[in-house]
Amino acid sequence: MSLSPARFLLVLLGLAAALAPLWVLESFHLFQLTMAVIMALAVLGLNIVTGYNGQISLGHGAFFAIGAYVTSILMAQADWSFYATLPFAAAICGMVGYAVGLPALRLGGLYLALVTFSLAVAVPQLLKHKALEAWTGGVQGLFLMKPDPPRWLTSVLPLNADQFMYLNVLIVSGICFLLAWNLIRGRIGRALMATRDHPTAAEAMGMDIAALKTGAFAVSAMITGVAGALSAVAVEFVAPDSFTFLLSITFFVGMVVGGVASILGSIFGGLFVLFVPNIAESISRAAPGVIYGMILIVFLFVLPEGFAGLVRRLLAKLSSPENPKPQ
Amino acid sequence: MEAFLLQLTACIATGGIYASVALAIVMIYQATHHVNFAQGEMATLSTFIALTMIQAGLPYWVAFAGTLVVSFVMGALVERLIMRPVQHAPILTHVGVYIGMLLIIGNLTGWVFGYTIQMFPSPFEGGGPMLGGLFSAHQLGSVAVTLAVLILVYLFFTKTSLGLAMRAAAYNPRSARLVGIRVDVMLALGWGLAAAIGSVAGMMVAPIVFLDPNMMLGILLYAFAGALLGGIDNPPGAVMGGFLVGVLENLAGAYIVGTDLKLTVALVIIIGVLVLKPSGLFGRVVFTRV
Repeated sequence: MSLSPARFLLVLLGLAAALAPLWVLESFHLFQLTMAVIMALAVLGLNIVTGYNGQISLGHGAFFAIGAYVTSILMAQADWSFYATLPFAAAICGMVGYAVGLPALRLGGLYLALVTFSLAVAVPQLLKHKALEAWTGGVQGLFLMKPDPPRWLTSVLPLNADQFMYLNVLIVSGICFLLAWNLIRGRIGRALMATRDHPTAAEAMGMDIAALKTGAFAVSAMITGVAGALSAVAVEFVAPDSFTFLLSITFFVGMVVGGVASILGSIFGGLFVLFVPNIAESISRAAPGVIYGMILIVFLFVLPEGFAGLVRRLLAKLSSPENPKPQ
Repeated sequence: MEAFLLQLTACIATGGIYASVALAIVMIYQATHHVNFAQGEMATLSTFIALTMIQAGLPYWVAFAGTLVVSFVMGALVERLIMRPVQHAPILTHVGVYIGMLLIIGNLTGWVFGYTIQMFPSPFEGGGPMLGGLFSAHQLGSVAVTLAVLILVYLFFTKTSLGLAMRAAAYNPRSARLVGIRVDVMLALGWGLAAAIGSVAGMMVAPIVFLDPNMMLGILLYAFAGALLGGIDNPPGAVMGGFLVGVLENLAGAYIVGTDLKLTVALVIIIGVLVLKPSGLFGRVVFTRV
């Protein structure tokens, strides 16, 4: 598939929309947007294993936490540069994801959700544990510094640390989204979806279900772990209580509202989970949760395909009367 | 030795709580073949309702009975209004709805009743230590209540025609409908019963751990672990599993991993059971035909 001019224009527009906030938004809002992109990346990770491969995970906050902690420990304790820690965080999360994927092979839908949910609940406790305190900083957590923009860049483009962070997050996430998109629309993506929709038939066609499922878990954990690593640096702080089971639930809500099994939906999901609670928070301390839950249920009832499904349907409606699809 | 015995009796009391929540989970599983993630939040809400009734001046057992009725209605309503429309939807939708309910009920409880930790009265107070000082009155009482609930549920399912109808509706809905059982009503009834059992667990555990909106989260996981350990399709097995998990958790907490890793014990039990013996200790092995 080559890029048609219209598609090319869309990509350019998207790039411009992604880069514009660098100059348009002030510090705090830019930080929020940075976090929204990070959330979108985490939701993308969840979408690969749950949306495309049908293995329900309610524990992706665990991978997010591991990614964040690997980067933080390497930066704070071993003085590594931020960029060097990213592949490391990705690799470790991938391995942990693979390890979680192995017992997951034996578990169907609801049981897997249950196991991953208990993983999500156990994570803060594990992070606080005394045996790890020398590395993790225990309850106090670890403090980090955002990387400063290098001299050669600032001489061309005057950026402060926040803007530079946004740029970093954008580039890393962009690469991950591209890779995920490539994976999904290719042979492996079709195999993942076939495994989800009809495992028996997929196996009869010669697909290695076990390898696909554990692989999906590994890739998914890797992407969510990278998101965690980015978030640790963007916030400049990690502590066990930032990674409660609510984080995993947040990713799940983002995936459902944005669109299950949709790459574009992951972006919607990231924006949603970051900005909607802020609005709801102004109503009451308890309101974000209640509104979250209600939106989740309403979406499942009315719009099970999420935002992405809505957009797809609207586009189809817009384009069909003028130029019907050539068959 | 005495310290060990005290540990053991404490285990049995908390195990009783896990057993009753595990029983509630198994009830829903038997009626719908699903595991309700919001079970704990529903039980916490029930407990707050009970507290409100007690504070309004009702005697304990009247409030207890009232809470059972309210919880039963609440469970049946949840089934009617929220679960019924997505009955035939994929599992992902069900998980989503459970998570949604968990968020709504949990946060609503905090919103209405506040986040401060509250004392909850025990009906068995004032007896002093019993059986050589090993059990407190509340521990003995809550174990007795759990066993009573178990026996009632067992009798209900085996000796009454309504219980038989419920089992039939879960086992084979189509045939059950053909012989005139109203499967929809049975489902709602199953949810109502589970909510009522959960509320009993909530009222029994609240005097021990104190009442706050997040009270049941850990308990729910232990109960899941217990239900799986005993076999998710076997009510007496689930109760045994609940007691076993209580013992394992307390002994591991006291002698092996320390109290700050207790929840991880639940995780290890859950994964261990699912990997080594997915049908549980007392469950039936189910074969799936492809």
